[in-house]
Amino acid sequence: MITFDGVTKRYADGTVAVDHLSLEVPTGEITVFVGPSGCGKTTSLRMINRMIDATEGRILLDGVDVKTIDPPTLRRGIGYVIQQAGLFPHRKIVDNVATVPHLLGWDRKKARDRAMELLERVGLDLKLADRYPFQLSGGQQQRVGVARALAADPPVLLMDEPFSAVDPIVRASLQEELLRLQAELNKTIVFVTHDIDEAVKLGDRVAVLRVGGHLAQLDAPSTLLARPADDFVREFLGRDRGIRRLSFVTDEGVRLRTDLTVPASAEISSVRDTAEPWLAVVDEENRPLGWVSVKDLPESGTLADARPAPYGTFVRGRDSLRAALDATLLSPSRSAIAVDDSGRVEGVATREALDEALDKVAGGAGA
Amino acid sequence: MVAGEGVGVNWLIDFFGDPANWSGPDGIPVRLLEHLQFSALSLLLAVLIALPLGLWIGHTGKGALFAVLSANAARALPTLGLLVLIVLLMGVGTDIPVLIPLVALAVPPILVNTYEGIRGVDPELRDAAYGMGLRGGQVLGRVLVPVALPLILLGLRIAAIQVVSTATVAAYVGLGGLGRFIIDGLATKDFPRTIGGAVLVALLALAVQLGFTFIQRLVVSPGVSERQAVR
Ligand SMILES: Nc1ncnc2c1ncn2[C@@H]1O[C@H](COP(=O)(O)OP(=O)(O)O)[C@@H](O)[C@H]1O
Ligand SMILES: [Mg+2]
Repeated sequence: MITFDGVTKRYADGTVAVDHLSLEVPTGEITVFVGPSGCGKTTSLRMINRMIDATEGRILLDGVDVKTIDPPTLRRGIGYVIQQAGLFPHRKIVDNVATVPHLLGWDRKKARDRAMELLERVGLDLKLADRYPFQLSGGQQQRVGVARALAADPPVLLMDEPFSAVDPIVRASLQEELLRLQAELNKTIVFVTHDIDEAVKLGDRVAVLRVGGHLAQLDAPSTLLARPADDFVREFLGRDRGIRRLSFVTDEGVRLRTDLTVPASAEISSVRDTAEPWLAVVDEENRPLGWVSVKDLPESGTLADARPAPYGTFVRGRDSLRAALDATLLSPSRSAIAVDDSGRVEGVATREALDEALDKVAGGAGA
Repeated sequence: MVAGEGVGVNWLIDFFGDPANWSGPDGIPVRLLEHLQFSALSLLLAVLIALPLGLWIGHTGKGALFAVLSANAARALPTLGLLVLIVLLMGVGTDIPVLIPLVALAVPPILVNTYEGIRGVDPELRDAAYGMGLRGGQVLGRVLVPVALPLILLGLRIAAIQVVSTATVAAYVGLGGLGRFIIDGLATKDFPRTIGGAVLVALLALAVQLGFTFIQRLVVSPGVSERQAVR
């Protein structure tokens, strides 16, 4: 656990970058510091590994004041990832990753093996190990930066806008990768970003800072989106806060109907008289084939003879309410098909059922 | 064929073709060796002074103004004037009179390029190095120097070429070197000798240039020079 205890940073020119910050970063979780440019995120982060020393207050690492630890020793036990990766241009990728193990005096072979293992872990082609940094793309360099920070297996990882300089598609994949890694490694991560979407996507908890280095709110992303503490936070979260919030609501509250699915082998005559305008057709393995409009069905034959309209699905128990809502927009029936992990249909979420679920969310938000 | 050109080539054939010029205390090998000795010694002294100073100033950021000012001052010194002055003060007979102006000549390019090279390393890189837990000396030795190496070598090369070309002045105070051919040739109107000496100095400067190109290839990481690694 990292504890900020009344931490203030006043720079030589009088700028107060961080003002009496007190908060806790729980072990094994990702805590995101987010806020507009200049609000003191980087300063707060760098006080943890003493790249900057606090003017007042204490920062405790599992109860030990970082000021009592010699900075290089402290830093070797804390992974640090920065925006431009900061790889050493004169060293091969594998040697870059092995930097801290070398400093810690591991023998060459062990350090190299460890570096190769990490390159693989962060999803890099091992063919790149003997290249130099300039031969890698920005996204690849950033992966190396993460591997290097993890090389000596530090319990704590500090990341300062590590994905800000890469294009959105690469950024999304780096974010996924980080979440996947974290699920395996359970590091204590402090992640700095100015991008609220990134904060909400990655953080177990999100600390919103306002300019002048004040903590505006510290909460889980869903709470943050549901109940912003004040106007500053509300504004910072942006317009589509309501929709984004649905990403954190599970689909479990959505009532499913099982009477709207029919097998493709069924005779058309057997469904002709139903009151429902749309039916979901499934194959013999219970996988979705599409929607059929009852009034447009052919005169005779089976449902396999009807031309199915497009459909959208969500994975029951795994996807969010947002995904379920999104799935309704993909089909003319305006209903979403719920499937299990292996893609078999569990039922249909109609618009009425989703409305009920949304009502519950809005009710939970208080106002 | 242009007349002057023919004469020049003939002079060179006269000079280099004469076996007498290849032996004895006034022969090409001995003079070349003398020349190399002065040059190497001056360069070594300059490196010992300028390299640590440049590294220290670049790394700590302290004394940068001092470095630039004194380097400019040293650059403005007239080498020959300084030599004559020193000889007047100290007399002939030792190597020192030659060494001082040559060292003064070699210090500025080494000092300034080393300092600029270290200072010019991307601050993000320096930051990352400290962030990994390297200590000050390790940051300098393991990161800053390897990255600044092309510029440091450039300073050394400029210094070496200037020293090799300027070491001709040793002849003025009777200390030998390739300059002797030039001075003696002028004094006795033996133009083949003068031209031959000048050509030897030029060839030596060229050799130094080639030598540094080779050293650069050898010691600068392909990751820094951004040559595609051979694979
Ligand atoms: N070395 C410094 N000297 C003076 N002021 C600084 C220094 N570094 C940062 N600041 C100021 O401190 C404030 C917070 O900076 P920073 O922590 O970098 O913000 P962020 O990372 O949130 O953009 C800003 O106003 C910035 O201008
Ligand atoms: Mg910042």
